Amino acid sequence: MLVKELVSLNAPSGFEDEVRDFIKDKITADEIYTDSIGNLICRKKGNGKKVMVCAHMDEVGFIITQVTDVGFLRFETLGGIDTSVLSSKKVLIGKDRIPGIIGAKAIHLQSADEANAPIKKKDLYIDIGAKNKEEAEKLVSMGDYATFDGEYTAFGENMIKAKALDDRTGCAIMMELMKDEYESDMYFVFSVQEEVGLRGANVAAHNINPDIALVIEGTTCSDVHGSKPHNTVTTSGGGAVMTAVDMAAISDKKYFDFITKIAVENNIKLQIKRTTAGGTDAGAIQRSNSGVKTAVLAVPCKYIHSGVSVMNYSDFEAVYELSKAVLKNIERSGL
Amino acid sequence: MKASEYLKILDGEFGVSGNESGIRKCITKLFSDFCEEVYTDTLGNVIGIKKGTNPSAPSLMIEGHMDELGFMVSDITDNGSIRFVPIGGFDPKILQGIEVTVWGKEKLLGVIGATPPHLLSGNSKVPKISDLCIDLGMSKEKAESLVSIGDIVTINTFFTPLMGDMVAARCIDDRGGVAIVLKALEILSAFELENDIIAVATVQEEVGLRGAKTAAAHIKPGCAIAIDVCHGTSPGVSEDAFPCGKGPVITVGPNLHRKMTQKIIELAKRDGIDLQLEVCRGDTGTDAWEIQVSGAGVPTALLSVPLRYMHSNYEVCDTNDLESAAKLISTFAVQLKEGECLCW
Repeated sequence: MLVKELVSLNAPSGFEDEVRDFIKDKITADEIYTDSIGNLICRKKGNGKKVMVCAHMDEVGFIITQVTDVGFLRFETLGGIDTSVLSSKKVLIGKDRIPGIIGAKAIHLQSADEANAPIKKKDLYIDIGAKNKEEAEKLVSMGDYATFDGEYTAFGENMIKAKALDDRTGCAIMMELMKDEYESDMYFVFSVQEEVGLRGANVAAHNINPDIALVIEGTTCSDVHGSKPHNTVTTSGGGAVMTAVDMAAISDKKYFDFITKIAVENNIKLQIKRTTAGGTDAGAIQRSNSGVKTAVLAVPCKYIHSGVSVMNYSDFEAVYELSKAVLKNIERSGL
Repeated sequence: MKASEYLKILDGEFGVSGNESGIRKCITKLFSDFCEEVYTDTLGNVIGIKKGTNPSAPSLMIEGHMDELGFMVSDITDNGSIRFVPIGGFDPKILQGIEVTVWGKEKLLGVIGATPPHLLSGNSKVPKISDLCIDLGMSKEKAESLVSIGDIVTINTFFTPLMGDMVAARCIDDRGGVAIVLKALEILSAFELENDIIAVATVQEEVGLRGAKTAAAHIKPGCAIAIDVCHGTSPGVSEDAFPCGKGPVITVGPNLHRKMTQKIIELAKRDGIDLQLEVCRGDTGTDAWEIQVSGAGVPTALLSVPLRYMHSNYEVCDTNDLESAAKLISTFAVQLKEGECLCW
C-alpha cells in the first residue's frame, strides 16, 4: 500500500493538491471527478446500495498570516495542533518546500514565569533566515501553507513513524480497496478539509446522497507509559479501531454489530475506541440530507497531529482487511 | 572550504558531554590537515599544534567546545519506553514531538511523543523532563536486550540551509566555534608564523567547562581566544542579544584581557571586519572563565557567534559571522609575534 509515498506529500487543509494529483494519477474507476470544494470522487458502478467510503486527504498544518518587517513569518494552524509543543520544530513552506524553523526562546533568557508556562501561540514565529520583509517575500507569501517536516521510517517492532498518518493511512487503504470489485454502487471519496470542520465530506455526502457510509481514519492512541487503560483511547497493536461514540457521530448500532460480526468471522483484531473525544467525516455524512448510516474504522496513531506520529503496521493492515470484508458483505448486512 | 561547510561536517557527528568519541574522531582527522601534531588528552580534548618559528614567542590557543547536549537513559518502563535525564541545560518545552537516537547496542530510532490535543485539559502544564518518555516502538523485553541504563541519547536534527547564508543546525553551540578554529587554521596554513598556534576542541564545556580547565593546564598557552556563542536577536528577544549577520561578538569585562581584546577590536576596525561588542561583568559562561585562571594565568579573549534559539533542536546563525570570526582570529595570529598586546 502506498502510505509511504502519501505521507511524503505536503497537503494541509485547503491545500490538498499534491495528494489529489497523486491519487488521481494512480486509480481507475468508472467515473472520476473533483467537486466544487476539491473532494476527489471515484465511482465504481454497481446495482446494490449506494455506499460511500471516505478518507480525508488533508493533514494538519499551518498557513502564513503575515510576513513581518524583519522577515519572520507569523502563522496560524490548519486543524488542531497543540501550539505549546511547536517550538523548535522544522516546517516546510509551500510547494517549493522552503525550510523554516519555529524558533524557541533560549532557556537562559526565559523568566521563571516563562519557563513554567506553555509557550503562547502569539510568541511563535517561523524563521526562514530572511533579513527583512522584502527578502522573505522573494520566497514566501501571506496565505502560503506549511507542514511539519518528517520522513516515513520503519522502526522498533513493526512500527512506522511519519507525519500525516492521519489520514494518509485512510487514503492508502482506500486506494487499495478500489482495486477490488463490489456488488454495491461504490463512491470512494477522498475528502478535503476534514481537519478544519469535516467540510469536504459535508459537500460530498450532500451530492452523492449515499445509503451507507464507511469512514476510514487515523485515530488517537495514547497508549504511553503512565496512561491508565481507559485513558489510552486505543492500544497500539490492538487491531483495527471502531468508534462507538465520538464528538461528531454515534455509530449506527446495527452497523456497529455487523462490523463486529465480520471481524470475528474473518479473525481480524478489532478494538473499540475508549473515549468520546475527536470527530471524523462520519459526523458530517451521518447528518447529511435525510441521514446516512455511518461507521468509522481507524488506525491507532500515537502522537497524532504531530510531526512524529507512530502506528503499528499490523493495525494498518487490520483496518484494510476489515474494511474490505465489510464492504464485500454489506449487501447482506440488512442495513 | 567555507566555515559553513566545516560546520555541516561537524554537525553531522554526535558527541554528548563526556561521550564525545564520534565528533572527536572527526575533529582529529580535520585538525591533522593543518597541524603537524594532533593528540588527545586524558579527558578527551583534541589538541592540534601548528608549530611557529620562534620558540620564545607566546603560543596562541584557539578553541571551541566539541560537546553537545543530550540525555542519558535512566529507566526502561513496563511498556518498553525509556525514561531519561538531561546532560546539559534543556528547555523541556522543546522536547515533545521530536525524534531521537538511543545509542544502545544498536543505533535505535526513538520518538518523544506529545499528548494529543483532543486529550489536553484546559490548563496544559509544562512537562518536566522526568514526565517524558522515549518510544522505541518495542516491547520491554526487546528494549532491555538492546538498551542499558547509562546509554546516551541524541537529538535527530540536522544541518539545514535557510535563506542567504543563514543555517539551522543542532549544535552550532559550539560546533560553530570548532568550525571557526578549522577555518582559521586553513587561512593560517598559508603563513609561516613566529608563534605556535594550538587548536583545541574541548570536551565537557556544557557540564562545567571541564575540558578547557585541564587542556589549558597542560598546554600552558601564551594567550588564548575562546570561541563560543551568544544570543541572537529574534522576535521577542532583543535584550542581551545581538543581530545575526553583523559580525561575531567580542566581550569586554574582567574575564577577558583588556589590551588583547582592544587589539582584536583595532584589527577588526582596521580591516573592515564586522564586530559587535558585548559587556560582561563577571563569568562569561564559556571556556574563557577557566582558561584565564589556568596555571600561571592566560591572557584570554572571547569571540562569540550570535545564535538564535540556543540549546534547542534547531539553532540558527549567519555563517558570515563564522567567516568573519575566522578572518579576525587569523589576522590577530599573524601580528601577534612577541605579544606586546599581552602586557599590562
